[in-house]
Amino acid sequence: MTRSARRTRRTLQVAGAGAAALLALSACSSSDDSSSSKSDSSASASPKMSGTVTVFAAASLKESFTTLGKEFETAHPGTKVTFNFAGSDTLAASITSGAPADVFAAASPKTMAIVTDKGDGVGTPATFVRNQLEIATLPGNPDKIASLKDLTKSSLKVVLCDKTVPCGAAAQKALTASKLKLTPVSYEEDVKSALNKVVLKEADAAVVYKTDVHAAGDKVEGVEFPESAEAINDYPITLLKNAPNAVAAKAFIALVQSAEGQKVLSAAGFLKP
Amino acid sequence: MTDTADAQLTGSQGLDAHLVVDRGTFRLDVELTAAPGDVVALLGPNGAGKTTALRALAGLVRLTDGHLRLDGAELDRTPPESRPVGVVFQDYLLFPHLTALDNVAFGPRCQGATKAESRAVAAEWLDRMGLAEHAGAKPRSLSGGQAQRVAVARALATHPRLLLLDEPLAALDARTRLDVRAQLRRHLAEFEAVAVLVTHDPLDAMVLADRLVVIEQGTIVQEGTPADIARHPRTDYIAQLVGLNLYKGQADGHTVTLDTGPTITTTENLQGEVFVAFPPSAVTLFRDRPVGASARNLWHCEVAGLETHGDQIRVDLTGELPLAADLTTPAAAELDLHQGASVWAAVKATQTHSYPT
Amino acid sequence: MTQLDTSDAAAETLKGGPRRRRVRMTGRGVPLPLLLPALVGLAFLLLPLLALLVRAPWRSLPSQLTSTEVWQALQLSLFSATAATAVCLVLGVPLAWLLARTEFPGRGFVRALVTLPLVLPPVVGGVALLLALGRNGVVGQWLDSWFGITLPFTTTGVVIAEAFVAMPFLVISVEGTLRAADPRYEEAAQTLGASRFTAFRRVTLPLIAPGIAAGSVLAWARALGEFGATITFAGNFPGRTQTMPLAVYLALQNDPEAAIALSLVLLAVSIAVLAGLRDRWMTTS
Repeated sequence: MTRSARRTRRTLQVAGAGAAALLALSACSSSDDSSSSKSDSSASASPKMSGTVTVFAAASLKESFTTLGKEFETAHPGTKVTFNFAGSDTLAASITSGAPADVFAAASPKTMAIVTDKGDGVGTPATFVRNQLEIATLPGNPDKIASLKDLTKSSLKVVLCDKTVPCGAAAQKALTASKLKLTPVSYEEDVKSALNKVVLKEADAAVVYKTDVHAAGDKVEGVEFPESAEAINDYPITLLKNAPNAVAAKAFIALVQSAEGQKVLSAAGFLKP
Repeated sequence: MTDTADAQLTGSQGLDAHLVVDRGTFRLDVELTAAPGDVVALLGPNGAGKTTALRALAGLVRLTDGHLRLDGAELDRTPPESRPVGVVFQDYLLFPHLTALDNVAFGPRCQGATKAESRAVAAEWLDRMGLAEHAGAKPRSLSGGQAQRVAVARALATHPRLLLLDEPLAALDARTRLDVRAQLRRHLAEFEAVAVLVTHDPLDAMVLADRLVVIEQGTIVQEGTPADIARHPRTDYIAQLVGLNLYKGQADGHTVTLDTGPTITTTENLQGEVFVAFPPSAVTLFRDRPVGASARNLWHCEVAGLETHGDQIRVDLTGELPLAADLTTPAAAELDLHQGASVWAAVKATQTHSYPT
Repeated sequence: MTQLDTSDAAAETLKGGPRRRRVRMTGRGVPLPLLLPALVGLAFLLLPLLALLVRAPWRSLPSQLTSTEVWQALQLSLFSATAATAVCLVLGVPLAWLLARTEFPGRGFVRALVTLPLVLPPVVGGVALLLALGRNGVVGQWLDSWFGITLPFTTTGVVIAEAFVAMPFLVISVEGTLRAADPRYEEAAQTLGASRFTAFRRVTLPLIAPGIAAGSVLAWARALGEFGATITFAGNFPGRTQTMPLAVYLALQNDPEAAIALSLVLLAVSIAVLAGLRDRWMTTS
């Protein structure tokens, strides 16, 4: 592997990028909105748009969506965005059991399919970002991990996500593609617990999403590996059929897909669709 | 108890204790001495400190001050398990999960005997207590009297130099009590070391003990032989408590001939050695021999002393039969009682009771 | 004498007296304000279990249950719950004795601390264990550098996590029994020449055996169902740290039918074990 370990960007920078995006958004939000535009940005909020937008989003979207939610509320006074961040499967299960939600953003097409198959979505879900796997190592990469193959060393304690959750399935796909056999010390129940094992220095490395490495700041160090291209996760988003606040929900989805939205998301480590 | 007798007891043998236990609101300060073979009863109202004194002797309560010597050995700082002291607890505290045999074997086992040895010793003790056939019984299936005897056997099996008994008869019903009291008396008589028992029952105390120590509010208010205390109670409490005339004699049917000569007619029909008891309030006094009265239970006496206790006057009588009598103040005035006065004392047979010893 | 009263009550409890004396009420004698909520409460507890049975994939059940992963997880669960109970007994009974029988400053506070794992979310308990006993933990780093022992991701780690969560159940149960038991039995043993430890071993321990048994059953059941602390502290690896609850949770992610099947196994096994223990332990005391 020729690619060297690369330090991921600092949280500060992420926050800076978020703030910049926020400024950009408030400056040009009126052009986004199809409703009557005025020079005053606060007046630009559609009068029809008010109330709460409930967004069910994959746990990995927590940081960026929270930023976007605040932007949305600023741009559209009178609205409130509430989030339910959890594993995509859990969210899909609650939506199909009738949980009142407006928007569903999943971490994999498979979990999105659970919702759309039941006819709970409106239209075809759109892929708004993609997430790539990365190796999270201890700060400073003391074990000199440079590739996926390095993880198979028996002296290393590696954690993977369980095969039943998207990050685990993706890691398995990458390992299979590169014909590597990796026995981890644990199959974690979700990506955050896998990452936490490295944050707490209990494991030497974990295969997680780029965004998670990003969010962890300098508590871990990210190492990219080319095999991750084999297992890039698409994140689909959709409006839900029984959305209590469809108008505002559409506007939120539009914000996510807008240039400003994409800026916030890529700042968090997501890839463009 | 005279001073010279006390002095004799502080020799190297027996018990020599000055128990001081300070608990802030309550302070026990009691001096106790006893020679081997003595049976001392601690008598007193609830909360007087009897049980605390007993626990201090056993080492279950630390002495704040004072000393404790047994057969010349200092025991103040000795933990309970290392003291040559046996305790019969109020409700016996037989270990419910062990058989009678294993309860008795517990002590010898703790003292280092093998299982077989300690069981053999225990079997011997149970046999002596007449409980051989109950060796395998769990405490819950024993009667009150049997449990009491197992408790005594358990305490004696460690060969204590000081036997402590906390209300040994209180948990028994009236009928078993007579029986068990008589047995306990025999065992205590055979016991060669010091025995201290705590009781609030004057009859138990008088029957079982050679000497009474009356405790009130943590201090000794009076001590002496049972008869002594009955006749000269120093406090109202003692007068009420130890209000009992107690004698020993040979019964032949309803008649008991006392060792000192006179006879008493009693309710019970018994044979052999017995105790006879009647309360001072059952005694009626006459200045002149009552005419027409039957000669039974009528004695010619002389007033040795008069003491007022509440609205009662206790009259100490000597003569044919030394006894204590309680009179109301007007009755005493009417009889013009004074020291040296000659009176006739009568007691109804129905008010006297005899107990086998 | 109040001391007498309490000791009598304790003696009765120890003899199982009140249990035998308890008057059985006929259905007609139960007042409605008690009966109604009682039945609702019973239904509330049983309904979810019933639903599990109704929706169980009976047809695919045999194939679900023959997988080695299920048996591995079940074996591991039974082993680690039993080992955790043993740890609780060895450490918890003396702790309960200390709390019930000795006086020391701050005892009430210590008692509250002991019950803390009861209210702590198990996941937090798991993180706390990592911080204490993990490879980089406060104590764990010394275990690692001195003895080369690391506890996370091992079966021992599972046992520790389960014991941590289950111990309060045992301690509270045993302490309650100890408080109800008459301490004068220990004194009686002492006057017979037994040291305090001998008195504890030969007198107190047999006396509180029913309480210890009840506490062990509680602790065992809690350990068997433990999820949060286990997955956080010991991770999830089949055959080593994947106990039944972990297997159930992960199966739930993509195969709810398998999860239900696994849960049924766990239910059946725990009911069988608890019923067996009840007969042998709880009633013969």
